[in-house]
Amino acid sequence: MPRLVLLLLVLLVLPGMAMAEITPEQTLWLEHMVTQDCGSCHGLTLKGGLGRPLTTEALAGADPATLTAIILDGVPGTAMPPWRPLLTEEEARWIADYLTTKDQR
Amino acid sequence: MKRALALALLTLLPLPALAQATGDLGLVVERASGSLLLVDRSDRAALTRIEGLGDLSHASLTYSPDERFAYVFGRDGGLSKVDLIDRKVVARTMQAGNSIGGAISDDGRLVAVSNYEPGGVKVFDAETLAPVADIPSAGKTIGLVDLPGRRFAWAVWDTGEVFMGDFSGAAPVVTSLGIAGVNPFDAVLTADAHTYLVGLFGEKGVMSYDLWSPETPPQKFLTDYGKTGADMPVYKMPHLQGWAFTEGQFALPAVGRHEVLWVDSETHADRGATPVHGQPVFIIAQPASPYVWVNFATPLNDTVQVIDSRDHKVVATLTPGKAVLHMEFAPRGAEVWISARDDDKVRIYDTHTREKLAEIAAKAPSGIFFTARAHRPGL
Repeated sequence: MPRLVLLLLVLLVLPGMAMAEITPEQTLWLEHMVTQDCGSCHGLTLKGGLGRPLTTEALAGADPATLTAIILDGVPGTAMPPWRPLLTEEEARWIADYLTTKDQR
Repeated sequence: MKRALALALLTLLPLPALAQATGDLGLVVERASGSLLLVDRSDRAALTRIEGLGDLSHASLTYSPDERFAYVFGRDGGLSKVDLIDRKVVARTMQAGNSIGGAISDDGRLVAVSNYEPGGVKVFDAETLAPVADIPSAGKTIGLVDLPGRRFAWAVWDTGEVFMGDFSGAAPVVTSLGIAGVNPFDAVLTADAHTYLVGLFGEKGVMSYDLWSPETPPQKFLTDYGKTGADMPVYKMPHLQGWAFTEGQFALPAVGRHEVLWVDSETHADRGATPVHGQPVFIIAQPASPYVWVNFATPLNDTVQVIDSRDHKVVATLTPGKAVLHMEFAPRGAEVWISARDDDKVRIYDTHTREKLAEIAAKAPSGIFFTARAHRPGL
């Protein structure tokens, strides 16, 4: 019984917290966003376009925290816009981790 | 005897192809699956799917003068020739690592491709896709258009330089038209091939080249639009192909702003701005009408607005679906086909009632290209 209460608490409270985990629904949305919206400039297969390639190979050695910052705040003087108005920090970090590891999955 | 010979000869002739007029056909780019949907405008229906075209993100295409063949420019550098009658890819070449678009020469003999990686313009024989010329550049080429007399014009994103290539002689002659400005993102040719307009991303403004009198220095305009407010992040580059020219005006997308800008096409004087739903991507004139239709960048891309070019007022706001990427008008303007990528639908609207007429299932559709483009300079 206490375990059930705990579970309920976790289920009810966690999604509302600031450091919310990325839900499976969000994951689908973020993957879609990487393909379609990032893909507008970086190519659907992320092999580059107006923007540089974002394949796991091209990003080898990149620091996910740096990538997260670039996603959130853009690169001034280039066409890379800040995505902070559209993404939370957790979502940007998820994209950074996804980009650096997806080809190894 | 003669008759028997004639009969024998006749039987040797190949059977005529199954009759299929192509004047009301079109191709819809299915960007994620590397396929094209062949559509029939009169029937408002899909005829078949043509597959195997590679990475079609940001793909565009152009048509042969007889409207039988489409030349498809893929992101992955693939150039494909598609036969609309036999409904298949008939030639294909991987001509670069990364490309952005192309054009066909005014005589239909040459196809030129604009490349990002390695940067430059490559020219091919339209019949065989055999290479004809290779013009390297110092960066990514954008805004490639055809000019009369087997010529093409283009610009370079990285350096801002604008070029004209003449391919009418034995060897190509490439001329620099100078620097347009910082980071040109796209360019467009007016239908009379008089003015080549180069839109700038790295600075405010549009550079205008008078191609009828090349000795005239280019003119920069719109250099200070939106000075009063901060610009917003640009989540999708505006497109200039299909840019609207109407009522003696250019209707231009304000980069980084929720505005359509109106400029006098003769004097380049500012004629006002229309506040709109989002950042414009395509602004396209509805043929035979005073109206222009506008779609918008993500995340405001479920909406299309119609503006009257006479008073610059929004007269209709439609929500055709999720992620509206492109609009293509029937050549005489009766209907418009709109791709809603995330709904996997192409939706067809009557332009007079602005009511939906029909819809066609398509996989993540982006660009819609009717064969009537075959006869329009700059497309």
